Amino acid sequence: MIQFEKVSKRFRRTEVLKQVDLTIERGHRIALVGSNGAGKTTLIRCLLGEYTCDGRVLVDGLDPRSHRREVLSKVGFVPQLPPPLKMPVGQLIRFAASLCNADPERMREVAQRLGLSADQFHNQPFVKLSGGQKQKLLIAIALGRDSELLVMDEPAANLDPEARHIFFQLLAEKQETSAMLISSHRLDEVATLVNRVIELDQGNVVLDDRVADLVDLSSRLRCRVSLIRPENAFARAISEWGFKGDGEGRIWDGVVAGPDRLRFLGVLSRYAALLAGIEMHEDEGAAAGVAAADG
Amino acid sequence: MRHLWLNAYADIVESLRARWFMVYTMVFGGLVVLLFAYGLAESRIMGFTGLSRLLLTYIQLSMAILPIFVLITTVRSVAGDREAGVFEYLLSLPISLSAWYWGKILGRFAMVFLPVFLAMIGAVVWGVARGVEVPWYLLIYYTALLMALAWCFLGIGMLISTLARSSDVAQGAAFVVWLTLLLFLDLILLGIMIQENMPPDSVIAIALANPMQVFRTASMMLFDSQLVLLGPAAYVILDNFGQAGYIAYALIYPVLLGTACAAAGYLLFRRSDLP
Repeated sequence: MIQFEKVSKRFRRTEVLKQVDLTIERGHRIALVGSNGAGKTTLIRCLLGEYTCDGRVLVDGLDPRSHRREVLSKVGFVPQLPPPLKMPVGQLIRFAASLCNADPERMREVAQRLGLSADQFHNQPFVKLSGGQKQKLLIAIALGRDSELLVMDEPAANLDPEARHIFFQLLAEKQETSAMLISSHRLDEVATLVNRVIELDQGNVVLDDRVADLVDLSSRLRCRVSLIRPENAFARAISEWGFKGDGEGRIWDGVVAGPDRLRFLGVLSRYAALLAGIEMHEDEGAAAGVAAADG
Repeated sequence: MRHLWLNAYADIVESLRARWFMVYTMVFGGLVVLLFAYGLAESRIMGFTGLSRLLLTYIQLSMAILPIFVLITTVRSVAGDREAGVFEYLLSLPISLSAWYWGKILGRFAMVFLPVFLAMIGAVVWGVARGVEVPWYLLIYYTALLMALAWCFLGIGMLISTLARSSDVAQGAAFVVWLTLLLFLDLILLGIMIQENMPPDSVIAIALANPMQVFRTASMMLFDSQLVLLGPAAYVILDNFGQAGYIAYALIYPVLLGTACAAAGYLLFRRSDLP
């Protein structure tokens, strides 16, 4: 679907991408990782036809620079930093839907699933939304249309756990028909979402590996965490994940989205000395419920 | 074409909520209010009275502030949008670069011209309400001149925004352009050049090439085409062109210059990195 052929990009004396060769097919869910300045954003901008570059970038055989509309109508893009657009939410949805020949109602529905009522914020300038609300709306615009390639830069960074779970479900619905390119500084943030990892370092591809694709994107894990003693800092941290404690604050129960398990364990690791036990079970009911809802 | 109008409309919606637009509208609206407040419509100078006098003063003030306002707000918002990631996101949507660029210019033109025009219309409405005779010919002529001036500097502003990669550089460049054109006004540098015995053809060429000078001469010649007021180069030009010829030149040249700058900006924009 996507081919990078000896793609190089230079800003004055600095070569940011060096002869990058990559092929990406439908069904590939790629974590594009690397430190700051590795070339991730530049690669994405070349793919979107926003940067000129040496070599060739092809999406279904078309150059995104010279066939912008054909190529970009297939691409849903979620930037890392939401643009400071002053136009109201309703206007932004109409604008994007109109350019993409999409149904704005579908975008509103996706926003609603993510927990953002587009109707409630219809007249509110986009720039006045909170970070999480902006992220939800941009995801809704990207996923609420027939995109075949999803390009996302730290897409779930500002989302609450429930919205993250819905976001993973939305990705699961697209995983067979689309390719996904998810850029992140940290592999553990996106590891369970993807089936391929590409690491960039100083403009070179230093790792291109397939990874085990065992985590169901729409799965949920029912968790119970026991502590040796109650701790306020832990209570605050785990409450953000929607966990409920017993009266004492020693036992905490909640649900974690399947692809979020590594991130959740990362949070728990900060309180390792307090932990008396962790139980995690696949939540069959939730998975079945999702499957039924999809059906 | 639909995308072009869609982008123009989006730019208008963005501008309506921008701080620069509020300041811009307040400046031009405030100007008219001030002119009325100081009783300019009632005063009589050089044979002009009532709304003619007010419009003439308004247009002279517009010449001083409209170009710099249009230049700075255009380069600030366009280069600023690029820096803030607005281009990165909106240009990831399937819109052609021509629809994006020219839509932006059309939307921006509406936003820079409308407050100036509406302030003038406000003055006319006020005048009619007070029973003052409305100089319709002058109103239409000045409206056309202001449109040409706004379009010209919008085109220059878009070219600067495309060339400069940061809003700081773009603002600096816009200011230098405005200052240069201001210095080459008839009564300032051109006067000195004539005093220093520069070839008259060069002086006249500069006066004809400077859109601010063209606007100044065109706005003033209707009520006094004397050497002392117009300046030496404009006086010679007017003598050669004749009034009708110069009116046509003053309306066509800035539009062509603005369009040429905007088109050059578009060609560069299309070939360079977008965000």
